[in-house]
Amino acid sequence: MTVMDGPIGTASETAPVSRWVTVHDWATTTDHKKLGVMYIGAALFFFGFGGLEASLMRIQLAFPDLQFLAPETFNRMMTMHGTTMVFLVGMPMLFGSANYLIPLQIGCRDLAFPRLNSMGFWLFFLGGCLLYFSFLGGDGLYGAGTAPDVGWFAYAPLTGKAFSRGNSTDYWILGIMVSGLGSTMTALNLVTTILCSRCRGMTFSKLPVFTWIMLVDFVLVLVALTPLTAAQFMLLFDRFLGSHFFDTQAGGSAVLWQHFFWIFGHPEVYILILPAFAWASEIIPVFSRKVIFGYSMMVYATLSIGFISLGVWAHHMFTVGLSPSANTFFAASTMLIAVPTGLKIFNWLATMWGGKIRFELPMLFSTAFLCQFVIAGLTGIMLSVVPFDWQLSDSYFVVAHFHYVLIGGLLFMFFAAVYYWYPKVTGRMLSRKIGHLHFWIFLVGFNLTFGPMHGSGILGMPRRIYTYDAGRGWDIFNLMASIGVAVQAIGILFFVWNLYWSARNGEEAGDDPWDAWTLEWTTTSPPPAYNFEELPVVHSRRPLWDRKHPEDPDWKYE
Amino acid sequence: MSTSTQPTAAMDVPPEHEEWILPSKGKVGMACLILTESTFFAIFVVAHLFYLGKSLTGPFADVLNTPIIASICLLSSSLTVVMATRALARGKLIPFELWMLATIALGGVFLGATGIEWWGLIYHEGLTIYSNLLGTTFYSLVGFHALHVTIGLSMLAFVLILCLLGHVREEHAERVEILSWYWHFVDAVWIVVFTVVYVIR
Repeated sequence: MTVMDGPIGTASETAPVSRWVTVHDWATTTDHKKLGVMYIGAALFFFGFGGLEASLMRIQLAFPDLQFLAPETFNRMMTMHGTTMVFLVGMPMLFGSANYLIPLQIGCRDLAFPRLNSMGFWLFFLGGCLLYFSFLGGDGLYGAGTAPDVGWFAYAPLTGKAFSRGNSTDYWILGIMVSGLGSTMTALNLVTTILCSRCRGMTFSKLPVFTWIMLVDFVLVLVALTPLTAAQFMLLFDRFLGSHFFDTQAGGSAVLWQHFFWIFGHPEVYILILPAFAWASEIIPVFSRKVIFGYSMMVYATLSIGFISLGVWAHHMFTVGLSPSANTFFAASTMLIAVPTGLKIFNWLATMWGGKIRFELPMLFSTAFLCQFVIAGLTGIMLSVVPFDWQLSDSYFVVAHFHYVLIGGLLFMFFAAVYYWYPKVTGRMLSRKIGHLHFWIFLVGFNLTFGPMHGSGILGMPRRIYTYDAGRGWDIFNLMASIGVAVQAIGILFFVWNLYWSARNGEEAGDDPWDAWTLEWTTTSPPPAYNFEELPVVHSRRPLWDRKHPEDPDWKYE
Repeated sequence: MSTSTQPTAAMDVPPEHEEWILPSKGKVGMACLILTESTFFAIFVVAHLFYLGKSLTGPFADVLNTPIIASICLLSSSLTVVMATRALARGKLIPFELWMLATIALGGVFLGATGIEWWGLIYHEGLTIYSNLLGTTFYSLVGFHALHVTIGLSMLAFVLILCLLGHVREEHAERVEILSWYWHFVDAVWIVVFTVVYVIR
C-alpha cells in the first residue's frame, strides 16, 4: 500500500488548537496509543490515593498505642488501599502497556475493536470513581459508614446487611463490577487483536515474548474476572433481594464466598505479575545484548503458569479448616507453580550470563526485580507448606510476602517499563540523574518498609490490626517500616518529577534509543496515529535486528 | 529453504510467505465472550449444586415442574437459526426472514413458559428468591439464563427488523452467523441448567 499522506500528516501543522479541543480529542479518542497513555495516567492517579491510604496506616502503626486514626477509619483505609492497588492501579498498568505496545509489536494500526477499547477504558474509570465516591455517598439511608471497610476480599458474613449497614459495601461491589466489566471488554479486545491482526509473517513462534505473555494474561482475565462478577451479583442479591447465598442463618455458607473470591483472587495475582514477566522478557535481552534464553521454554512456562494458577486458590484458605486432602492438593499445586516461575528466573539469568550488560535505568530496575522477586517466591513456597501457613497466615509475614510480589515484582518492573518505553511515547529520554535518585531511594525505602515485616510477622503481629501494645518486640520493625514509607514517597516524587520534567527538557530520543529489536522501535517516537506507513513483514523474532544486520539475519537460524 | 553457498553477503532474501490468513475478528471476539460468560454461569451452577438439598425450610425441589415443551422449543430454535444463516449465505432473503421469525417465536415460547412457571411457583407454591436456598439459587441461575435469552432474542429481532427494512444482504452472512453462535451458547447453557435444576434434584 502507498504512503498515507493528506489529512493525517497535516493535522499537527495547523495553528495551535484550543485546550477544549485537546480535551475533547482525548475524551473521544479510539486510538490505542492515547488510551494506553490514559490507562497509565489513571493508574498513577489512583496510585496517589492508594499510596496516601497506605501512608496514613503506616503513620498510625509507627508507634504502639497511637491514636492517629480511629479504628473504623483504619479499616476503611485498609480496604480502599487493597482494592485501589489491585483493581485501579495494577490492572490499568497492564492494560495501558498492552494497549500501547501490542499493536506496535505485532505490526498493526489499532486494536480489533477500537470503540470497544474506548468503552472499556471509560467503564474502568467510572468504576474507580464510583468506588471513591463512597467517601461522599456511602452513608446511604442508614447514615452508617463511608468508604467500604470489609477488606479487599470482603469476607462473608461481614458484608451482609446486618453487619454492613449503609451503602459502603454496595459501592465496593458496584465499583469493582463496573471496572471489571471494562477490563473484561479490553481483555477480549486484546486477545482478538493478537490473534487476528498480526502482520505478515508474525506466526506464533515469532510473536515477541511480551505479546505472548500478555495473550496468556488476557485469557486469564477472561476466565478469572467473571467469577468475581458472578459472586458479586450473589452478594447484591443477598443485600437487596434478601436471597441467602452467604447468609449463614438460612444455611448459606460463608466459606463458599471465600472459594468464589479466591477462584478469582489467585489468578488475579498472576494476572498482575505476568505483565512484570512480560516487561522483563523484553528489557533484559536488550540490555544484555543477547536474544532471550529459551524462547519456547518461556512460552511454555507462561502457559503452564496460566493453567496451574486456576487450581491453587484454596492456599488462601488453609486456616478455614478444609479437609486434609484438599489442603494437600492445594499445597502441592502451589509448590508446582513455582517450577515454571523458577524456570523463568533461570531463563532471565541465562540471558544475562555472558551478555554485554548495560546498566541503564530499565536494566537497574529489572535487576532489582529479579532479586526481590526471588525473595517473594521463596516466602511464597514457605507459605505453601500447610503447617507453616497455619502459624503465619494473617500475619505481617504474608503482608511482606505479597508486597515483595506486587511492589518488588510488579511495581519495579513497571518503573523499568516506563524508563524503557517513555522515549517511544514522548520522543524524549527520562533524565538519568533524577532516575538514579528515584531508583536508589525507592529501593532503600521499599526494602526498609517490607523487609522488617517478615520479622514482625514471625514474631506474631497479625494483619489488619489498627494498633498494638508496646513491648511485644514489634516496635522497632513497625518504626522501620513507617520510616521506609516516607523514603519510598520521596522516591515516587522524584519519579513523578522526572515524568514531568523530561517531557519538556529530556534529550531527544530518536526512533530507537536502546538499539532494540522489536517492531515498536521501527516507527517514529512518538508513533504517528497510523503507527506504520507501510505494514511490516517479519521473518524472525527480532525483525529490527534483521533490518540492521542484513549480513547476519536471525531468520537463518530460527 | 536451502541457503546458497556463494558469499552473497547482504543479498540473502528470507523465504516469502505464500499466504497469510488470519482468523475472523468477529468469530474470535464472540468466542472470547462465550468463554467469559461460561465462567459466569459456572459459578452460579456450582452455587446451585453446592446448596442442593440444603434448604432449611420449604418449599423444596418437588414443587418444580420440568419444562419439557419449553426446552424442546429452545433447543429446536438452534436448528432454525442454522437454517436462517444458511439461507442468508445463499442470498435467499425470504427463507432467511421466515427462519429468523421461527427462531424468535420458539425463543419467545420459551420465555413465556418461564414466565408462567415462575408465576405458578411464586403465587401458588410460595417459592421466592428469599424463601430459602433453593429459591435463591433457582431464581438467580434460571433468571440469568432467561436474561441471556432475552438479550439474544432482542438481537435476533433487531436483525430481522433490519432485514425487513432492506439493510441485510448476503455479505452480512458472517455477522449473522456470529450472532447465531451466541444463540447456540444460550441453548448450550440451558442444557446444563436443565440438568442441574430439573434432572438432579
